[in-house]
Amino acid sequence: MTFLTLSKIQKSFGAVQVVRDFDMTIEKGEFVSFLGPSGCGKTTVLRMIAGFESPSGGEISIDGRSQANLKPNQRNIGMVFQAYALFPNMNVAENVAFGLKVAGKPKAEIDARVNEMLGLIKLDHLADRYPYQMSGGQQQRVALARALAPKPQVLLLDEPLSALDAKIRVSLREEIRMIQQQLGITTVFVTHDQEEALSISDRIVVMNGGRADQIGSPFEIYNRPATRFVASFVGTLNLIEAKVIDPAANRIAIGDQAITLREPLGAVKAGDTVSLALRPEAGSIAEGAKGDTALTGKVVSSNFLGSVIRTRMKVGDAVISFDMFNAPGLSPPAVGETVTLRFTASDLLIIRE
Amino acid sequence: MKTNRLLAWVAIAIGVVYFIVPLIGTFEFSLRMRRGEYSFDAYQSVFSDMQFRATFGYSMLMAFFTIIFGILLVVPTAYWVRLRLPQIRPVVEFITLLPLVIPAIVIVFGYLRLYNSSSFIPLTNSTSGTNALLMLSYITLSLPYMYRAIDTAMRSIDVATLTEAAESLGARWPTIMFRCIFPNVMSGVLSGAFITFAIVMGEFTMAALLNRPAFGPYLQLVGANKAYEPSALAIIAFAITWLSMGLLQLVSRLQKTAPRKA
Repeated sequence: MTFLTLSKIQKSFGAVQVVRDFDMTIEKGEFVSFLGPSGCGKTTVLRMIAGFESPSGGEISIDGRSQANLKPNQRNIGMVFQAYALFPNMNVAENVAFGLKVAGKPKAEIDARVNEMLGLIKLDHLADRYPYQMSGGQQQRVALARALAPKPQVLLLDEPLSALDAKIRVSLREEIRMIQQQLGITTVFVTHDQEEALSISDRIVVMNGGRADQIGSPFEIYNRPATRFVASFVGTLNLIEAKVIDPAANRIAIGDQAITLREPLGAVKAGDTVSLALRPEAGSIAEGAKGDTALTGKVVSSNFLGSVIRTRMKVGDAVISFDMFNAPGLSPPAVGETVTLRFTASDLLIIRE
Repeated sequence: MKTNRLLAWVAIAIGVVYFIVPLIGTFEFSLRMRRGEYSFDAYQSVFSDMQFRATFGYSMLMAFFTIIFGILLVVPTAYWVRLRLPQIRPVVEFITLLPLVIPAIVIVFGYLRLYNSSSFIPLTNSTSGTNALLMLSYITLSLPYMYRAIDTAMRSIDVATLTEAAESLGARWPTIMFRCIFPNVMSGVLSGAFITFAIVMGEFTMAALLNRPAFGPYLQLVGANKAYEPSALAIIAFAITWLSMGLLQLVSRLQKTAPRKA
């Protein structure tokens, strides 16, 4: 059931258009991430949903109700900010109770809800603490509890993990996802961190230049990038230029090595150049490696990255990276060594935009 | 290096002597009312003077209203400028600095031209109107200090994000202002209030030209007609100012070290 609808949203600041024709529907209880680089318009879309910015065009509706004439304090939306934004003059319990007090709820109901929320974020023992007495991770959990306390229809998270250190980010993002699933609340999460988006989202919107380049599940976004931008932004990817040899037979050449693609080449002619994408983890140089396609090249570098060893090899003018899982007995290929990379032809994607 | 250090100490010593010696001299003179021995007779005379009590009380009351109305003018202005109109901040800063460069006598003459008994807003027609005019004049005089103190306090909190957080939780402007912003800029408000208090207690020009019974004109009157009491009053005025400055220091120190409680 469609719950949050964004129809043809536009936003301009003066002459600069930051959001263009943004269309999207979000289901009730869904966790959607807006992923993209700085300045791609993801936060602007979020702020338009919250009511802090007015769209220059288009419409936003929640549960069938247009939000056009509603001020931020009239929308039933909870928001968590990157900078926590806890009220410094209030302790944890007072912060969580703020929205309920504003709504004029009875004291008994407020107390019960505050206790419930503090239990949910496992900070019941810190109810009397002030924001300055807590770590960043704890403050952000309180901010989450505060946003959830008035039972909002939609939860908006504006890069809530960006200010935290790596370990806390991982644990808190899992906690956010768990709480979201537990409450079944429709959530929009803005991030520039692809790992965050891939790990906790039902769907991801990859944004570029104010548009949604691709909307899909993390699996689709990672494995089937629709555009060159999505392919290069999400994960590490080899972008390879190849020459078309025989369009009818899907035959192309990388350097002087011809291979057959699984995906149809479409409206191209012999001699045209096509862009192909291959994930580093898709191929293997191990003996007996599976794969219907092979490319042979010379190793130009080999870097130890902990769990994997990333090796780069040259095939014609193209440089292709591939990963090998680290193992105690593994000896990485030496620079200058000739290796054969095997992979499945269907892993080689044609990038059309 | 040692010479530089020595010169620095000499400069400080000269400064201290320049400020302290006249003060010691004034204090010493204020104790000489009784012939042949030191006494606090001058202070006793000042405190028992009905006019002292009346003018001191009047100025205290004016300071109180100046602070209240000054806060009600400056806090929302500084908040609004930070939140919605940051581009006009230099203009507002310039306007708030004007009372420092325009002499008080020029301002008060301007007021008298604008608000005299034959003008559209004849504030000087009544005592209460003149009192209101004097209070507004004091707000103008204290504006450079009050605005800066509050603006600096606002800079220490993320006004925009706190406002948005409160709005997303359903709060309206009065709630945001008085429950989320005001308690967090209290140190700046208090700093501005103490400076305003010190200014109002010693102000002469505006009170004298508006013919109001304030403490400043009383100081001048006593200074012109008596010998020892003016010195005692000078010391009392210094004590009031120092007390205000001390409280200001205390508040800013508490702000740095203690939690911002409501």
